[in-house]
Amino acid sequence: MAKLLPKRDAVIIGLGWTGAILAQQLTEAGLNVVAIERGPWRDTPTDFNVAYMQDELRYAIRKELFLKPSVEAMTMRNTVAQTAMPMRDYGSFLPGDGVGGAGVHWNGQTWRFWSSDFSIRSHLAQRYGAARMNGLMLQDWGVTWNEIEPSFDKFEYLCGISGKAGNLKGRVVPGGNPFESARSRDYPTPPMKMSYAPTLFAQMVKEQGYHPFPTPSANLSTAYVNPLGVRMGQCTYCGFCERFACGNYSKASAQTTILPVLMKKPNFELRTECEVLKVNLAPDGKMAKSVTYIDAKGVEYEQPGDIVVICAYALMNVRMMLLSKIGAQYDPVTGQGTVGRNYCYQTGSGARMFFEGKHFNPFIGAGTLGQTMDDFNGDAFDHGPLDFLGGGGINCVVTNGRPISNRPTAPGSPRWGAGWKKATIEGYNSSMGFSAQGSSYPVRENYLDLDPTYTDRHGRPLLRITFDFPDNDIRMSHFMSDQLEKISKPFGAKVTTVSRAKKGWDAVPYQSTHNTGGAIMGGDPKTSAVNKYLQSWDVPNVFVIGASAFAHNAGMNPTGTVGALAFWAAQAITTKYIKSPGKLVRA
Amino acid sequence: MSEQRALSRRRLLASVAALPILAATADGASISGTMPWSPFAGEPPKPVNPLGWYFFTPDEVVTIEAVVNRLIPADNLSPGGKASGCAVYIDRQLAGAFGQAQRLYMKGPFMPGLPSQGYQGDLTPAGRYRLGLRALNDYAHATHKRGFAQLAPAQQDAVLAGMDGGKIALRLKPGFSTKEFFEMMLQNSMEGFFADPLYGGNRNMASWKMIGFPGARYDYRDHIDKHNVPYPRPPVSIYSAEG
Ligand SMILES: Cc1cc2nc3c(=O)[nH]c(=O)nc-3n(C[C@H](O)[C@H](O)[C@H](O)COP(=O)(O)OP(=O)(O)OC[C@H]3O[C@@H](n4cnc5c(N)ncnc54)[C@H](O)[C@@H]3O)c2cc1C
Ligand code: SF4
Repeated sequence: MAKLLPKRDAVIIGLGWTGAILAQQLTEAGLNVVAIERGPWRDTPTDFNVAYMQDELRYAIRKELFLKPSVEAMTMRNTVAQTAMPMRDYGSFLPGDGVGGAGVHWNGQTWRFWSSDFSIRSHLAQRYGAARMNGLMLQDWGVTWNEIEPSFDKFEYLCGISGKAGNLKGRVVPGGNPFESARSRDYPTPPMKMSYAPTLFAQMVKEQGYHPFPTPSANLSTAYVNPLGVRMGQCTYCGFCERFACGNYSKASAQTTILPVLMKKPNFELRTECEVLKVNLAPDGKMAKSVTYIDAKGVEYEQPGDIVVICAYALMNVRMMLLSKIGAQYDPVTGQGTVGRNYCYQTGSGARMFFEGKHFNPFIGAGTLGQTMDDFNGDAFDHGPLDFLGGGGINCVVTNGRPISNRPTAPGSPRWGAGWKKATIEGYNSSMGFSAQGSSYPVRENYLDLDPTYTDRHGRPLLRITFDFPDNDIRMSHFMSDQLEKISKPFGAKVTTVSRAKKGWDAVPYQSTHNTGGAIMGGDPKTSAVNKYLQSWDVPNVFVIGASAFAHNAGMNPTGTVGALAFWAAQAITTKYIKSPGKLVRA
Repeated sequence: MSEQRALSRRRLLASVAALPILAATADGASISGTMPWSPFAGEPPKPVNPLGWYFFTPDEVVTIEAVVNRLIPADNLSPGGKASGCAVYIDRQLAGAFGQAQRLYMKGPFMPGLPSQGYQGDLTPAGRYRLGLRALNDYAHATHKRGFAQLAPAQQDAVLAGMDGGKIALRLKPGFSTKEFFEMMLQNSMEGFFADPLYGGNRNMASWKMIGFPGARYDYRDHIDKHNVPYPRPPVSIYSAEG
């Protein structure tokens, strides 16, 4: 029997990026909040020590800060005809673990999705006719740009994002991204300094008529004090950023932006090393009454709460809903059910150029040290004559020169034995790359459910991912590879290689931790799991926060939009829900 | 990396810091009203002891040293894999959390999967090396009547190339292919060669000097806008001064 604990106003599952935002906003509104986090407590001076953070083996290769599959694994397959197998190690994506979640070890590339993403179906139907979307489950997100813009602003100012506005209240600003949707004010801090590769990239693509701009960065160009009064430091371009925590207080995370304030509040309590097993519903299934969790000693507790906020990361959010029977499982055959629907990922390709007589110092890097052009992203270009929808951002971001895994060599070079060292020395300092981060659009057969065979350490079914790159996205990505090829020509490299996407998503090599969908937001309870406020249609005192709410994935990293949705949902809870608990949207 | 210890230490820290205001109902890891910081109390990495062998048997030592020396041969660019400490590095990794698959999902059923689903065998990394090195020596005996370490360098290269190219199949076991074994040895050798010297390989930071990687430095603000100019300073490692 689980030990019953005193009731709280709100119970938050997971204290990562979104959990910290929700905890901060809800406690600020006076609610008594408990957050239950599976992993350990982590903070900058203790755990992110500048004396030994720069250890590639420990953090990047052995993945010390990440979730271990021995704690929670997932199974995967490309099609329903295959048998899903467990990812015995995480590879393609790397979920977070512990206080701060994946926000501890992210890159910090911080985007706003566009107005045309939030209303993608209406937008594309108007421009090309609805028939162009046949086979794609594109749908509007239920929230409009004007509603969500202030929440983007809140997240950027919380983090101190370094960047340059491209569209200030409708006025295009030179040097920024002309394709972004109108923003109410500029970024809180100026762009980072640029090293050689992104500088060269910007110059070369500008000469070709494109619009490069500094990639918006949560690695800060300068010291900053955020609206909560928390102080951040200047990024040192240390090159141990993604997969690592920042020892300099320069990368925005729960630790560097929220926790110093949140942890001191008397109306907040955090329980670490406690894994939530499920959300318990009242007998009629219409309200959540508590969550059950198990602590590090194996003792089970029941924590009642008036509101349950699931902030466990996109994939875990979906699993938590399925294990708790919140909403109906999506069925790819009938198209019925909403939980597990519209699972999307990211469709990438890259170019690498090898030069003679250039020296790039790739180890001078940061998670977001770079330049981007969005000329071929989203619907910034005319798809009328093309055979696909979507696009991608083209990014020249120099993250690192960590040599265990980052040793590019010219094609055909030996990987070992005689000759590999020479090729390695040649490639290491004199090559640069850029890549296309392509969109991922939903199709009927890509979805999430519970695995019928494999279970976790508590005997609960693992999440099962059924995913392959849809034909539309493969065509999109090949178009992007063609653009990469064209763009790279004038650079005058000795050798250039460009990769091309293939069918058969591979779970082994790292691609991105940008898993989206599965508990999507929308205007219709038949085709979305949560409403425009991220409130469950089925169990209205449950809110589900994260990229699980994305109805599709754009050609951008997700967390800027995830952070905005977190502030947006928190605002709905604190200004609407607590005044009058119940469904915030009548279907 | 003693992860167990790190965990219990954290658990302890959290509970001590929270004691005065600990909710009587929930357990030790509850934190409220405070930031449980504890400067310099983190878990610094422990440098490996360079002497002796923790995992490999004497036979295995000879074989793995021969392998790392062919994957990373000594030449005018750097010392070879053995002199760099790659075999010691692999030994210490296999004796620790990595070798025991502490990270991995190791529940059954174990069934053959597709390449896109990754390794599906039931052997830990330590188990894979134990089986793989024996099978490599068995292969060398069957084809050349000598152990792998006793073959001429060119013969060793041919065997490794055959494993790499899928032309040689060692007697392993279902779910663990010869190619997988080769890739594992290659990956682990390169880890040893390029990781911080504290793990037993990359002696004298030879690989970092070879490619021009400054190692554990943490601040490049003075060089960020010096474009196309080689970085002037030598590498440093976590526990050493400049090398
Ligand atoms: C290497 C890497 C690089 C990245 N780079 C970028 C980038 O440049 N730009 C970008 O936009 N995004 C990036 N991301 C993604 C970004 O980190 C995530 O989008 C973001 O952290 C998501 O926030 P979240 O709150 O949904 O999840 P998280 O921050 O991961 O938090 C979820 C928390 O819930 C906890 N939890 C899970 N299950 C349970 C349970 N059952 N009980 C209790 N607690 C639980 C977890 O331990 C975790 O702490 C990157 C991710 C990685 C791994
Ligand atoms: S690159 Fe900058 S933000 Fe990233 S870890 Fe290093 S100092 Fe921190």
